[in-house]
Amino acid sequence: MTLAPGTRVTVKLDFPETRGPCHIRTPHYLRGETGTVLRHLGDFANPEDLAFARPAATLPLYHVRFDLAAIWPEPRAGDELLAEIFGPWLEEAA
Amino acid sequence: MSALVQADSERLLAALRTVLAQKGIATAPEILDRITITDAASPALGARMVARAWLDADYRELLLSDGTRAAEMLGIVMRGAPPLGVMACTPDTHTLVVCTLCSCYPRAVLGYPPYWYKSAAYRARAVREPRGLLAEFGTVLPEGTRIRVVDSTADYRWMVLPLRPAGTDDFSEDQLAGLVRAGDMIGVTQVRV
Repeated sequence: MTLAPGTRVTVKLDFPETRGPCHIRTPHYLRGETGTVLRHLGDFANPEDLAFARPAATLPLYHVRFDLAAIWPEPRAGDELLAEIFGPWLEEAA
Repeated sequence: MSALVQADSERLLAALRTVLAQKGIATAPEILDRITITDAASPALGARMVARAWLDADYRELLLSDGTRAAEMLGIVMRGAPPLGVMACTPDTHTLVVCTLCSCYPRAVLGYPPYWYKSAAYRARAVREPRGLLAEFGTVLPEGTRIRVVDSTADYRWMVLPLRPAGTDDFSEDQLAGLVRAGDMIGVTQVRV
């Protein structure tokens, strides 16, 4: 399933770092935050496996837009943040 | 691990190259080829793309939809490089690029990153207080300008298409390219005449 542009998504509030060695491309400060899918950037090998030389599945990568002022106190209303997030880290927002 | 950390770097490099060749991962000529391409890249490449986009609306459209193809159209070697995305600054939205997780940077079109790009301070402040960060680079945006921070978190590499400065209507493509610096294409500064 590919998430369509405009879909509201929440980044999983998960910290695999607490469970053992891992390589995560989802920044801590975005976990649990809700944003909007801008577009599907393509499909790429899962870096969480690549980093350990394990066979890596190809995953959809999305450009997701977040309201920056909802994450940190300093930015102003209207400021935004774009980040690349892999599909398994995203859940459709309620 | 400590033996590896303390090893003489030249010997360590030689050993790594030998193993890469023995395992059929990368031959000596392939490594030399890659070093040559990496060393040849500089902000002058990205500046040519920016200047072309300011003068040619079709090229601008291509640049913003497929940065890799737009670079290749100008003869820039993108083979083996991650896909390139380009985000435009507009009069009401300023774009700034950072890699909070490490130091991802569009080396194929900008060369080696400036030293500060990898610093913990730059990486943290770009997403948390971008206006304070920009002010330290001498960049003060007009009141009401929104900021778009692009955190380069995964497989893409991102470059900024800056605004064309006023007073450059009669500039040639080469003259325009000569104005554009690395910081303008990261988004910490704006192009000045």
